[in-house]
Amino acid sequence: MDNLLKLYHGSLNVNSIVNHWYDSLHNENFGAFISFIGTVRNENKIEGLSFDIYEPILDSWFDKWQEKAKKQDAIVFMAHSIGDVPLHKSSYISAVCSPKRKTALKMIDEFVEDFKASAPIWKYDIIDGKRIYAEDRSTALPNSGLLGK
Amino acid sequence: MAIVEFLGPINREAIDVDIANLCELKEVFKDDKEIQKWLEHSAIAVNDTMVSHLNIPLLSKDKVSLLPPVCGG
Repeated sequence: MDNLLKLYHGSLNVNSIVNHWYDSLHNENFGAFISFIGTVRNENKIEGLSFDIYEPILDSWFDKWQEKAKKQDAIVFMAHSIGDVPLHKSSYISAVCSPKRKTALKMIDEFVEDFKASAPIWKYDIIDGKRIYAEDRSTALPNSGLLGK
Repeated sequence: MAIVEFLGPINREAIDVDIANLCELKEVFKDDKEIQKWLEHSAIAVNDTMVSHLNIPLLSKDKVSLLPPVCGG
């Protein structure tokens, strides 16, 4: 199977990405495939969202999740946008497949929550064509502030 | 010389600093009010591994990354 974490410039082609994941494993005797598709909502007068990603740490974070999934005979998948994504397009897709449904249902929830808290990705609102850091929706990573006062 | 890079919205060019351990970075930034605001909420990685304390020696060409609060998805 090819890379299970894929980053794309601009919005995600949901059908292509999810179908590719599904097609790559539907003969592998997994009983469950659960996907989560995140879409940019029209709110707060934004024209879209934009993202920066620090890939080295995202890669190691994702590898740890893959190891965790493997212990339960599951696989995690993730795709994310870099740069600008317009309204009503997808910027984030994740999925879990597992032999039985309960593992995948539980893991997709844990994976998405940990992604929100730990993945080194920065979000910006696009307003009047400018990128404005979404500070109020952002979460400090563990052990933040060591160099603060 | 270690390299310090500022990720995401901090939006600064990377700098070279002449320090022997992570703790000395506090001194480097002590008069930089703009960066101080970020430091209070930023996590630190050394050579792409997140750290939980400052008692870490730095060698030449080590990379220190400052990671402000995140929001993926």
